[in-house]
Amino acid sequence: MRSFTYERAASPAEAARAVATTQGAKFIAGGTNLIDLMKLEIETPTHLVDVQDLGLDRVEETEEGGLRIGTFVSNTALSAHPRVREDYAVLTRAIQAGASGQLRNKASTGGNLLQRTRCAYFYDTNMPCNKRKPGDGCAAIDGFSRQLGVIGTSDSCIATYPGDMAVAMRALDAVVETVKPDGTARAIPVADFHRLWGDTPHIETALEPGEMITHVRLPTPLGGQHFYHKVRDRRSYAYALVSVAAVIQSDGTGRVAFGGVAPKPWRSEAADAQLPNGAAAVVRTAFADARPTEQNAFKIPLAERTLAGILAEMRS
Amino acid sequence: MEFNAPAGENLFDRAKIVGKSTPRIDGPLKVSGRAPYAAERHDVAANQAYGWIVGAGIAKGRIRAMDLDEARRAPGVIAIVAATEHEPVASSDFNYAPLFGGREVSHYHQAIAVVVAETFEQARAAAGLIRTSYTNGEGTFDLKKAAPGAPLASDRPSDSAKIGDFDAAFAAAPVKVDERYTTPDEAHAMMEPFATIAAWDGPKLTVWTSNQMIEWSRQALASILKMDADNIRVDSPYIGGGFGGKLFVRSDAVMAALGAKAAKRPVKIAMQRPLMFNNATHRHATMQRLRIGAERDGRIVAIGHENWSGNITGEAGENATLQTPKLYSGANRLIANHIAQLDLPEGNAMRAPGELPGHLALEVAMDELAEKLGMDPVELRIVNDTQGMVPGEPDTKLSDRNLTRCLREGADMFGWSKREARPGRSRKGRWLTGMGVAAGYRAAPTMKSGARVRMTDRGQLVVETDMTDIGTGTYTILAQTAAETMGLPLDAVRVELGDSSFPVSAGSGGQWGAASSTAGVYAACVALRRMIGEKLGFDADAATFDGGRATLGVESWSIRDAGALTAEDSMTFGEFKKDYDVGTYAGHFAEVKVDAYTGETYITRMLAVCDAGRILNPLSARSQVIGGMVMAAGAALTEDLHVDKRFGFFANHDLAGYEVPVHADIPHQECVFLDTLDPVSTPLKAKGVGELGICGPGAAVANAIYNATGIRVRDYPLTLDKYLDRLPAIA
Ligand SMILES: Cc1cc2nc3c(=O)[nH]c(=O)nc-3n(C[C@H](O)[C@H](O)[C@H](O)COP(=O)(O)OP(=O)(O)OC[C@H]3O[C@@H](n4cnc5c(N)ncnc54)[C@H](O)[C@@H]3O)c2cc1C
Ligand code: SF4
Repeated sequence: MRSFTYERAASPAEAARAVATTQGAKFIAGGTNLIDLMKLEIETPTHLVDVQDLGLDRVEETEEGGLRIGTFVSNTALSAHPRVREDYAVLTRAIQAGASGQLRNKASTGGNLLQRTRCAYFYDTNMPCNKRKPGDGCAAIDGFSRQLGVIGTSDSCIATYPGDMAVAMRALDAVVETVKPDGTARAIPVADFHRLWGDTPHIETALEPGEMITHVRLPTPLGGQHFYHKVRDRRSYAYALVSVAAVIQSDGTGRVAFGGVAPKPWRSEAADAQLPNGAAAVVRTAFADARPTEQNAFKIPLAERTLAGILAEMRS
Repeated sequence: MEFNAPAGENLFDRAKIVGKSTPRIDGPLKVSGRAPYAAERHDVAANQAYGWIVGAGIAKGRIRAMDLDEARRAPGVIAIVAATEHEPVASSDFNYAPLFGGREVSHYHQAIAVVVAETFEQARAAAGLIRTSYTNGEGTFDLKKAAPGAPLASDRPSDSAKIGDFDAAFAAAPVKVDERYTTPDEAHAMMEPFATIAAWDGPKLTVWTSNQMIEWSRQALASILKMDADNIRVDSPYIGGGFGGKLFVRSDAVMAALGAKAAKRPVKIAMQRPLMFNNATHRHATMQRLRIGAERDGRIVAIGHENWSGNITGEAGENATLQTPKLYSGANRLIANHIAQLDLPEGNAMRAPGELPGHLALEVAMDELAEKLGMDPVELRIVNDTQGMVPGEPDTKLSDRNLTRCLREGADMFGWSKREARPGRSRKGRWLTGMGVAAGYRAAPTMKSGARVRMTDRGQLVVETDMTDIGTGTYTILAQTAAETMGLPLDAVRVELGDSSFPVSAGSGGQWGAASSTAGVYAACVALRRMIGEKLGFDADAATFDGGRATLGVESWSIRDAGALTAEDSMTFGEFKKDYDVGTYAGHFAEVKVDAYTGETYITRMLAVCDAGRILNPLSARSQVIGGMVMAAGAALTEDLHVDKRFGFFANHDLAGYEVPVHADIPHQECVFLDTLDPVSTPLKAKGVGELGICGPGAAVANAIYNATGIRVRDYPLTLDKYLDRLPAIA
């Protein structure tokens, strides 16, 4: 880990300005991902701007009946919030399927959206990795890729966005609210927040340099039944092989997003439309362009079977 | 004292303390964080500096250059010892690849430098500034490719044996199984990483470290650093898990010693977790072939177990055939253990080396045979229990073996009779449920073990031995043994462990520690009793020691009246033991539910019924067995060092990628000990249990998965991707 300087900003715009104008600066929230990466020198910020004092630690009701979540609301607090449990149960379940109790106490909403991939080669600085070092090559494509992406990947990078919370947020069509260094705000649908890797796997989100997440907005509740099934090798404290977030209405229509398969929570409206036709139809549509490796091809049938299990539970 | 004949009736048969469930005497220190582990020994040496080990970035090749300038200029840096500027250290009897290698790199993350700085953070930061360039060499990393040409193990002739005419008998057998199984490389993944504080005082070196075998390690350090062992002190009173990974000196101790010499200050190193998987030793992967032929009544007529593994040494490897000659009868036998040379990190012992993967194959093959025979798998094992002999060793006697009881009583306790024998037929909603069984065998060796006992003039007893407590409960069983032998209450005994200035013990390994070290403490206590008797004028061997007094006939003495005394002795084990096979046995049972949609496996119940002689402390013995069962569950379901065959290293080298079981994976576990005694083992008639608990449960889980799903997977770990396509069709 390199040495760094540290400050606590007084307002979101100031924080954004500080990050934009200080060479090598980054935001820090709970630190549960960033500090680990700094220890390994995968991230080497020279200056950290802490977002904890900005009053962004509340969940508020919006006028249209949704929720507005401050970026510093912890995963624990968000998943336990009565309105979230009542109206956005898929989100509660997704968050609680992630990490551990201790980590969720520290992990923030914005930080969770921005957690980086868990590709083993990304984590080993002796290995070639385009995401760590653009143009370096990708050790995973012909290597240990069992956990990695099957769709939306590229010849440069086949890593996944590994998190859970965002998969539920994608099913809910949440919106990420930000402030830019010049003080202007913008709203980015979660659907557009994470980028596909393409030739630039080191650029992972739609955020501009210094742009800070202030809130995540949940639209009005969808009703329906909420499911989050995270399939993993052990029963807790592991990243998803595949996860499925689904909100299903009594008429069989609904929404479904997949985690652990792509650079972003994977959902398409065309696949949603297949829900009444069953899991196979949804997965066929959602994964039509899949390019799995030999090691991770199982993720596609696994996604189908996981969704089928949810639909069976829905029926019973 | 020599143990030279089976034990007769003795004081332990009337024991009041030994054999009773006793909470750990070191428990309060541990739960309150006051038991100092190696890296926490801030008081042992003033002015400690911090070391950070740099690991090689390639698996095989040569270091071209190391640019150390920037690191040397970094804040707080006191010294850097680097491979390009230092002689390679020598080897030892306990490691092959040099622990600090010079320019030749023999495995990934081999130590190539240590940076010593004023703070931990400065050492780590400076290490990040070292730039190393390499010339890559060619290496062999693929066991599957290397296996066909791998020679038979040469170092141990018993590793390959033929008895009778295996080929003919197998060919003629009416019912047979011929299957291949693989088990992956595994990591010890102990909670406490390697950690050492090293300090020099002139020619004398002290290492406060975390190590299972104090004397081995003192000798190894002497070889590696080319110094006189008498100038080395090793101290390791508390160990946060070892599982065989800390049987040997590793690079933390060597680099701390070299760093301390260069810095002219004590140096502390706690190895960073990402280095723990490739720098350390590991359990070797195996490929196994099992051929078992039986008569229609289930009696085995031919049993063949072939094993392939690889090691950097081209020797030793993982001998998965170990249990096979011991568990089942059968007149025609084949054992073959092949070892390939691989350039992966050095493999070595991990909890039940050989037997853990051996049971994962053999005990599944037995399940497959039972199914082909249409026989209950518990019955098949009982029919083939060796009943009073070691197959192929007609001259070897069995000491005490109750495998059939383990299986029968286990089956009763577990509700085995409720098992649906037809696989894949028990489904409730989305859950497929099943039960599995496996037998377990692990040898119960003993090794010479010494101790010193000091009685103070206040009648307190201090036990000193270089024996270690690796979380196993050694402190407590040694206190129990001393208290029992001296007739003192448990709280009158203090136990000091792990210091090479104490008498040499058996150490902790191979499940020999508990049996050997309690015998050693017993020997020292008998010597002390004799000194007391001499002092006070009675025949100590004839007297009874109880309640702080010795009694002989109508006379009685307070042992305190003998004043302060110190006695030292060792227990050695006589030739007569060579005539016996001394083993421990278990019946392991598991129940699982498997999600019919996703293939996720949940273990719901586990039971081990163990036959291991006198159980010295049922409370801590139970912890050992259930800990073994957890580790076996990991071996069956999740643990897997993924070999990157291009770069030659274990790619998932942290605890996020190497998945040991977590609480949610571990269900209700039960462990029952049969009330048995083994007079051939030690005067206490006790044997080890620490490795018995891992021998078999993994296969019981695998067999339960088969019983639940009807799907047999023979490549461990049994992750769902290996059988997803064979699960019931979904609507
Ligand atoms: C052992 C372990 C297991 C885990 N398992 C899971 C799991 O199963 N599922 C899962 O979903 N997650 C898992 N996680 C990841 C965890 O959820 C994330 O580490 C956490 O959510 C990150 O939040 P944080 O507040 O600590 O972020 P930080 O580490 O503080 O920051 C992460 C990134 O976000 C940036 N950032 C933070 N706040 C803002 C902001 N307001 N605006 C712009 N940028 C910002 C930082 O600069 C940094 O790049 C696991 C983590 C660990 C360590
Ligand atoms: S998959 Fe992506 S993160 Fe992994 S090594 Fe390749 S480029 Fe790096």
